[in-house]
Amino acid sequence: MNDMSRLERVVETKNIKMECRDCQVYYGETHAIKDVNVDIEEKTVTAFIGPSGCGKSTFLRCLNRMNDTIATARVEGSFRLDGEDIYDRRVDPVQLRAKVGMVFQKPNPFPKSIYDNVAYGPRIHGLARNKAELDEIVEKALRRGALWNEVKDRLDAPGTGLSGGQQQRLCIARAIATEPEVLLMDEPCSALDPIATAQVEELIDELRQNYSVVIVTHSMQQAARVSQKTAFFHLGNLVEFGETGQIFTNPVDPRTESYITGRIG
Amino acid sequence: MTDLSANSAPATRHGASLLKQNARTRRRNRAEARFRAYGIAAIAVGLAMLLVLVFNIVSKGVGAYSQTFVTLEVELSESKLDKKGNRDIEEIKKVSTFGYAPLINNAFAAAVKEGGLETRLKPKDQAGILSKSAPAQLRDYVIANPDKIGETVSFRFLANSRVDGYLKGRVTRDSIANDKSISAEQLDFVDQLAAAGILKKTFNPDFVLGSDASDQRPESAGIGVSMVGSLFMMLVVLALSLPIGVAASIYLEEFAPKNWITDIIEVNISNLAAVPSIVFGILGLAVFINYMHLPMSAPLVGGLVLTLMTLPTIIISTRASLKAVPPSIRDAALGVGASKMQAVFHHVLPLAAPGILTGTIIGLAQALGETAPLLLIGMVGFIASNPPDSLAAGLLSPNSAMPAQIYEWAKRADPAFYERAWGGIIILLVFLVTMNTLAVILRRRFERRW
Repeated sequence: MNDMSRLERVVETKNIKMECRDCQVYYGETHAIKDVNVDIEEKTVTAFIGPSGCGKSTFLRCLNRMNDTIATARVEGSFRLDGEDIYDRRVDPVQLRAKVGMVFQKPNPFPKSIYDNVAYGPRIHGLARNKAELDEIVEKALRRGALWNEVKDRLDAPGTGLSGGQQQRLCIARAIATEPEVLLMDEPCSALDPIATAQVEELIDELRQNYSVVIVTHSMQQAARVSQKTAFFHLGNLVEFGETGQIFTNPVDPRTESYITGRIG
Repeated sequence: MTDLSANSAPATRHGASLLKQNARTRRRNRAEARFRAYGIAAIAVGLAMLLVLVFNIVSKGVGAYSQTFVTLEVELSESKLDKKGNRDIEEIKKVSTFGYAPLINNAFAAAVKEGGLETRLKPKDQAGILSKSAPAQLRDYVIANPDKIGETVSFRFLANSRVDGYLKGRVTRDSIANDKSISAEQLDFVDQLAAAGILKKTFNPDFVLGSDASDQRPESAGIGVSMVGSLFMMLVVLALSLPIGVAASIYLEEFAPKNWITDIIEVNISNLAAVPSIVFGILGLAVFINYMHLPMSAPLVGGLVLTLMTLPTIIISTRASLKAVPPSIRDAALGVGASKMQAVFHHVLPLAAPGILTGTIIGLAQALGETAPLLLIGMVGFIASNPPDSLAAGLLSPNSAMPAQIYEWAKRADPAFYERAWGGIIILLVFLVTMNTLAVILRRRFERRW
């Protein structure tokens, strides 16, 4: 399995899903992201690492325009999804977010049933024509979210009643139920225990078969375990971006080396 | 070395034994005990005042719910009511209430004779213990049932408010020394009637259901019609302030850009909540009555004025409950591709609903108890109206409201009205307590934790 993925990694490094050039983000007067250039490849897990406040979450939120909801945030530069500028005036962020899904740091299931949590996205995007189709989508998403076996008998139970790890997997299932092409994950395991973390990581590895996954993480081990590409951010700059193996074993920039060896952060 | 010094230093600073409190700890504990005592004393004072208030209201107001009635057999003599004997309703209507007074006098004479009562009062003075509404009551009955003319029918008449006060202990032989409307002989007669079971003090549903009465007849005044007036006002307030208030709050909280214009609006809404209600009253008078020419004293206008007053309360509480919904829920909805409006209406609003509902009920309760703005739009004063027979009549015909009615009674001269004012306060308080309890229950019931 692991060898297989290594093989894939080599084969599919050329298809670029999202292309970000000269990206700047300002929060009011603060220049939070400076001249960042990143390519997100298809069917690849890309990890963003860096110390707190370095802008990795901010940059992640640019990729599906979640920063639009912050009044003071201003985004500049070119963000292209399959060659289309996602900040074009003609782009409706709602349609964009259906293509670029997001999982948040804190599990945030809706205070509704497990079924309704997963079915919400397909419902508002009209992905199912009838109840049977919707049931199918929900089951598929929960299976891919590695949660089906645990909740199949209590789909009507509130999503908020699950354990933290289950809640996060529910949120992942909810995000993939709308069939996004890119899945953004903002520190998805920071609120989870090691067992739940392992489950989510396994899940991320599986999701890579179908999606581009971008994950922000504080854990270097996690980045090393799940990602094929790693970007190191520091003080709003993209310091280094490359193959995960190369970043962790043979970093080019001294700052990267200091960070992964624990000297700055 | 360092360990040793670190261990020995605190031993001298904190005193030798943990089993003995040092002076500093004792002082802190005493301060805490004092503070607790102040707290308990404050609550005790508050509770005592509440008890005094409730006791006062109940003891003074409970009298309004019972009333003295006189039961008499009245012969509806044909010679007086329908001289021609053809039962023509138009002819019967020509007999005024004065024409019915002799019938009541005769009924008293008959009752005295039958009961073997001894009195030197003339029948006219005997009838003086009845309410001035008695002949009208008799006339209404005869006009409604002309076929009863010629028969003897049993009637329950309201006693005069002095007689009622005498039975309730409010009126004594000393207090009526200078009273022209009742004499000591009449009180003796009342004692005899009471002993014979003709005169009784019983529960009076008309106080809760009836309408206000003129200064001369406090015994027949009721709060029912003004209760209906209050109800119609609350309908107007609810129908206007809930949708307007919630829509305004959702827009301000979720959609409006945060800039100096919305800041000014926000400050002004908070200020509006603190504006004295009489200001809204004079605004209502100027705009709704003088400019828009809506009818005076109408619950519609009262409702509009109270809507102005309730809106800030509803907006503030709605915004607070929208703010209390964690942003992660909005992120979650936006993250799966919901539009802003879908996020608000599918997720945020349902979570904020209990808070909105509670705020609305509290706002309505406030509006229900408000008197001052009603003074200015003519809803205070003697408005003797019948219960409205349609929605339009309920909204547009002159009416009073409960607190206005209570104020009106409290300022009238006759102490019998004073008792009714307290009685009305009991009803008003029952409404307010019920609404506030409902608000608490709703909040408890639907409160969500996440």
